[in-house]
Formats: sequence, C-alpha cells, structure tokens
Amino acid sequence: MEFYDIIFYLFALITIGSAFVVVTSRNIVYAAFSLLFTFFGVAGIYVLLGADFLAIVQIMVYVGGILILLLFGVMLTNKITSVEIRTGTVHLLPAAIGIGILFGAIISVMLWTNWNISPEPIPPSTTANIGRELITNYVLIFELLGMLLLIALIGAASIARRDKE
Amino acid sequence: MSLLETVIFAVIKMLVIVVVMFLTVAYSVYFERKISAWAQNRMGPNRVGYRGLLQPFADVFKLLVKEDIVPDAAHKPLHTLAPFIALFVAFATYAVVPFGPSINLFGYDVKLVVADVNIGILYVLALTSLGVYGITFAGWSSGSKYSLMGGIRSSAQMISYEVSMGFSIAGVLLLSESLRPIEIVNAQYGWMWNAVLQPIGFITFVVSAFAETNRLPFDLPEAEPELVGGYHTEYSSFKFAAFFLAEYANMIIASCLIVTLYLGGWQIPYIDKLGLGETLTVILQVGAFIFKVVFMLFFFIWVRWSIPRFRYDQLMNIGWKVMFPLSLVNILWVAVLIMIFNL
Repeated sequence: MEFYDIIFYLFALITIGSAFVVVTSRNIVYAAFSLLFTFFGVAGIYVLLGADFLAIVQIMVYVGGILILLLFGVMLTNKITSVEIRTGTVHLLPAAIGIGILFGAIISVMLWTNWNISPEPIPPSTTANIGRELITNYVLIFELLGMLLLIALIGAASIARRDKE
Repeated sequence: MSLLETVIFAVIKMLVIVVVMFLTVAYSVYFERKISAWAQNRMGPNRVGYRGLLQPFADVFKLLVKEDIVPDAAHKPLHTLAPFIALFVAFATYAVVPFGPSINLFGYDVKLVVADVNIGILYVLALTSLGVYGITFAGWSSGSKYSLMGGIRSSAQMISYEVSMGFSIAGVLLLSESLRPIEIVNAQYGWMWNAVLQPIGFITFVVSAFAETNRLPFDLPEAEPELVGGYHTEYSSFKFAAFFLAEYANMIIASCLIVTLYLGGWQIPYIDKLGLGETLTVILQVGAFIFKVVFMLFFFIWVRWSIPRFRYDQLMNIGWKVMFPLSLVNILWVAVLIMIFNL
C-alpha cells in the first residue's frame, strides 16, 4: 500500500499547494491558473478513492465549465491584470478563532467518527450504480435539481436580455 | 497478464500511435493542400519528392528552423504553455479510441486500444473541455487584440457546441448502454450503425465536431479577413507548428470519434458470414476503420473548400437555436426506438 500512499500525498500536496497560491497570489490570472491544479488534485484523489465518475465530472464541470467562465471574466475585464489585489491581514484575532474552531471541528470529526468501512472491494465502475440510484431512489431530488437549474438558466437569460424599449 | 507485460504493451501501443499520429497529421496537411488544389482547379504541392509527397517534411523542417518570436506585450510563461496544452489535449484523446477488436498476438490477447477505460466517452468530453484552455491562454497571453478576440470567440464557440455534442452522445449511450468505446462499437453490430438508427444525432454531432475543431465553416477564431490569424497571430516557429499540428490532430480525432460513435467503428456488415480466418478478419476490420476515418477526413476538407464561413451571430444561433433542440429531439427519438423495438 506504500505506492498508493505516495500518490495520495502527491495529489494532496498539489491540491493544498495550488490552493495556497490561489489565496495568496496578487495576480488574478495566476490565481485562476493555480485553481486549475487544485481541481486536478481533487480529481486525482477521487480516482484514488475509486470514484471514477465523480473524478471525470469534477474535471468536466469545474475545469471545463466554471473555471473557463472565471477566466472569461478575467480576460474580458480590461486592465484587471495590472490591479494589485489586496491580500493583507485584517481582524487577525477573530479570524484565528474562527479558523481554529473550524480546524478543531474537522479534526475531531476525522478522529471520532465511526467510519463505515464497506467489506466489498471497490467496484470497477461506479457509473452504472450512480445512474440507477439517481433514477430510482433519488429521482425526486434529481428532478427538482433539474428544475432549479432550468430556473437559474431562464433567470440569467432574462437578466442579460436588453430591454427593447 | 502481469503488471510488467501490461506496461510493456501499453508503451508499445503508445509509441505506435504517436508515430502513426505524427505521420497522419503531416499527411493530412498534404491531403488538405491537394484537395484544396483539386477544388480550386490548380496543381497543389508537386515539387518535393514524387508528386510532392515529401512536402510535409519540408514544411515541418521549415517551421522548426524559423526564428521563435515572443512579442513584448506577451505574458511569457502562458504564451509558451498554451501550444503545449493544445497539443497534449489533441494527442491524449487517442488513448481511448479503439482501432479494432482484440487480436491474438504471440499468445497474448491484445486489445487494439491504448486504454480500455470504462468511462472512455466521458474522458473524451473532459479532454475536449480542456482543449479550450490552450486557445484561451494563447489568445489572452499574446497581448494582442486580434489574438484576444480570436481566443474569446473560440472559447465561446467551443463551450456552446459542447452542449449539443454532449446531448448527441447521450443518444448513442442510450443505445449502447455503456460508456466504454469498445462496447459502443460492439453495439453497432452489422448494419445497426448509430448513423442509421439516429440520423438527427449524427448530423448534430458532425456539425458540433466541425465547430469544436474550429474548422470552416466555423473557423471564426482565426477568420483571416477580420482577425489576421486569430489566437495564433503572435505565434511563430515551433509554437505555431504545435498549434497547426494540434488543429489537424483534432480533426483526425473528431473523425475517429464520428466513426466510433456513429459509423460502426471497425464493424463491417456480414463479415462473419464469409468464413474468413480470425486474423484476416481483424486485419480487414482495422482496414475498415482506417478507411472510414480517411473518408471522414476527406469530408472535413471537402466541406472546408465548399462552404463559406458563417457570421458570428449566425454561428451562435445555429448552435443554440438549431443544433441544441435537434439533439434533444434525437434523445426523444432514441427513447421511442428503445420503447418500441426493444433495441
């Protein structure tokens, strides 16, 4: 299992390292660019966990959709690259307390949760099962989410539409 | 098969595909020039080698020895990275395209595909969305307004047509009940090709493929009269060659996908009725695959030299108001087919 661990830490390093650059970088293009690596790192961890479908959807949705839209915003905004983003520290104490509580919560969840370990080996492909579950057990939620996305789409289109008057 | 053998076979397959790919890309350029010459009633390249057959090598050599100029206003790291993203995406897609059924070689059962991934089609879609990055970065990092306009146009076009492309593929997936390219081809046994069963989906997919590869009539990203050269205006030498190769590699991969998804892949109808030997059958089937791909390549080039370019608003209207509804109609049609005929 050692080889497996090395790959896991490699992906974790890529994810955390690039996420750090996203937050601290003063150049918005670099920030957007390193977000690409964050998404890839997360996708890599999904692959390691045997969630092949989730990994590929992660790339399709986040890298192929959301990040591209973000880059569009950056590219279409003139002179945005020369603007220095303020990355100073304000309200140090409340931030430290908040982050400390969050960190503690995550660590305690990690340590004290009774993880449900499945006795079955990782299935070769999760796609078929996900599809079956979506269309049987979770069909209502699935349809509702579809409606929600449709409403968002129509809303965005009607906001973007210029008035004819 | 042990791990070592698997790795060795994978490396051999990759090497074969990379070599074949570079040759095919080089010769598709030659093919394009010859066909354009034919369409315009002139000779085409005929000086280097017999009937100009060595022309591609001369072209590549010429591009390699040219000076590499990076404009002052360019963002250097991204400017250098962009052509490699384009090339990487174009070549990585070949990993999941099956060239033929399994073949028995020296006692090993070899699958004629580099990676037999069970979500191969999703992998292709994910890589296509990555392809947008090469062009976007190229357009933005060049620091020139022509490049930027080309890059933005191209990204908007590719994102729009990815939608109808994805929905057309959904029709294929409904019939094959698998995301594995090999099983999609197996599902099209005999004459049950998807192009026959779902002609609307075939048309929307082919049109989207044209838009995704930025080929005429949808080559607005580089529309010469308005944008000089679009996103590769500021590129020269090897970086330009990388974009050029990527464009042709994309064209070939689009042809491979059309053949795999809609034209039955390596399937030849009724070949098992002829009683040929196993090896001969496989060779014929691989030949059939290559023949279909070359035909689609010819089609790509033929269309380029026959149809004028669309205007940008027309392109977007076709994408969203014609192709997208049609691909939805196709899904409905396939569902009805499955309901009635239990395919």
